[in-house]
Amino acid sequence: MGPVAAFLAGMKVTFGHFVRAFFGGKGEVTIRYPDEMRVKPQRFHGRHVLNRYPDGMEKCIGCELCAGACPAHCIYVRGTDNPPDEPVSPGERYGFVYEINLLRCIFCALCVEACPTEAITMTQLFEMSTTNRADGIYTKTELLVNPDGTPNHMFTDDPYADLGELVKADGWMRAAAPGGRAAYEGETAWTPSAGIGSRPPEIGQSEPLEAEDEAEAEAEDEDSTTDG
Amino acid sequence: MDGWDFILIVIRVVVIFVMLMITTLLLVWFERKVVADMQDRIGPARAGPWGMLQTLADGMKLFFKEQITPRKVEFGLYIAAPILATIPAFLIFMTVPFGRPFTLNLGGEPREILLQGADLNIGLLFILSMSSIAVYAVVLAGWSSGSKYPLLGGVRATAQAISYEAALGLSVIPVVMYTGSVQLSEIVEFQRANLQFLGNVVPFIPNWNLFLLAPSFVIFFIAAVAETNRAPFDLVEAEQELVGGFHTEYSGLRFALFFLAEYINMFTMSAIAVTLFMGGWSGPTWDGVLPALISGVLPTFWFFAKVVVLLFVYVWLRATLPRLRYDQLMEFGWKRLIPGALAWLMIIAVVLAWRQFGNPWS
Repeated sequence: MGPVAAFLAGMKVTFGHFVRAFFGGKGEVTIRYPDEMRVKPQRFHGRHVLNRYPDGMEKCIGCELCAGACPAHCIYVRGTDNPPDEPVSPGERYGFVYEINLLRCIFCALCVEACPTEAITMTQLFEMSTTNRADGIYTKTELLVNPDGTPNHMFTDDPYADLGELVKADGWMRAAAPGGRAAYEGETAWTPSAGIGSRPPEIGQSEPLEAEDEAEAEAEDEDSTTDG
Repeated sequence: MDGWDFILIVIRVVVIFVMLMITTLLLVWFERKVVADMQDRIGPARAGPWGMLQTLADGMKLFFKEQITPRKVEFGLYIAAPILATIPAFLIFMTVPFGRPFTLNLGGEPREILLQGADLNIGLLFILSMSSIAVYAVVLAGWSSGSKYPLLGGVRATAQAISYEAALGLSVIPVVMYTGSVQLSEIVEFQRANLQFLGNVVPFIPNWNLFLLAPSFVIFFIAAVAETNRAPFDLVEAEQELVGGFHTEYSGLRFALFFLAEYINMFTMSAIAVTLFMGGWSGPTWDGVLPALISGVLPTFWFFAKVVVLLFVYVWLRATLPRLRYDQLMEFGWKRLIPGALAWLMIIAVVLAWRQFGNPWS
């Protein structure tokens, strides 16, 4: 191809794109972010939440395994004994301090893997910009979900805030780990969440065992309360 | 010359000044939008309708920014360079007719009002000389900044300007020989008739120089792109290599003046190309059919429509072509454009002489 032909071929390419964009309105790859939200993958690693059981009890038992698993050392947990009169969690202990420094967090979700009670999960919330470093440290106030299962949104006043994401906040990891008990080894137990309950499985996950499973879950709750 | 003439001149100058400022605002937006479309992006979309006020916002930002002066600058020249870039940019457009003259009764007598800053009888020479002065701004800015990247940009500007100004001048000479005038209003007037080809009048086709002097137009346009330091001849600013070239050390309003000058030059060069090759403001006006006001405004509309077409080509080139290497630039200028322009000039000279004096062997 001679230089003039090459030149014309190049000009044709750009003109084709221009015509397509100008008259067809197609071809844009830009997503107009605050106005339009990208459809995020189901297992998007957004910020964390601390979940509750459907009866409003906190799932966190203050075991600090998440803090131990965290490669960025950004989680600080202190557990303490449940007050006998009004227990916060079904276990013996609960996390009374729970802080995540999201400026250090690398969103690897190893804390989610480590958690024995599915208390900490990740959400699709990703708008976490702050104007000072102190606001980057999320405490229990921000992390703990509301009694209806929705997490706290930092920018509810923002007209662009996608509040629809609040109802999708329950994390992707809902099939509970056996928690060290031989009876549950190899079984898929499902932990229900406040306001949401057990949700349908994702592609590749097994169905929750319907009534049987709920009974089991309740039994497990009872179990941990009394055992705990 | 009485008071009315003076007032009319002042009004013309102010109108052209404001028009160029507004044109620049829209031109920057136009360029960003068209380039965005060509690159499958959106471009400015937030400020004003379709982002049209984006340039205004950028301009206001530049206006209020701090003007940093590096320690090693040659202060006088450093300050003078942006002014030297802007003034010729405005002056060049003053000679370009952008609409049909009309008569108004003012002060008891009919006066002809030109839609043109000044109808100089040496218009084309004035344009060439002013565009040469504008090059000094780049060279001086590069040299007075006291920094290596601006200096490289200035050196490149010198070489590029010398190479391409020759081609620019040579490409204009056939127009002057063919139309027999360097006055822009006469060149436009010449192109208003129907096209004459081999002694026959071609109906419906205007007598634009573009048709008979097409090689001149191509050379003129390429040289104009190089003169205005636009891609693919933007070695002078070359963001990737020279951090912005000659204007690296300029900030705030001084940078804004360079920016303004670049876009005004782009607009003016397109306007001159339209005037010389595409009939300027000439076009169908349907006098007597349409109301007088619309017929009077239509020439200005045709002028701007033609200019926008050329500006689109400018932007299109920028979106398509990568920057030329320095040796490619020199080779293209000296080994292709200038010999081509000279050969074409000789052909036109022979044809015109033949037409005027007949067969040499008769």
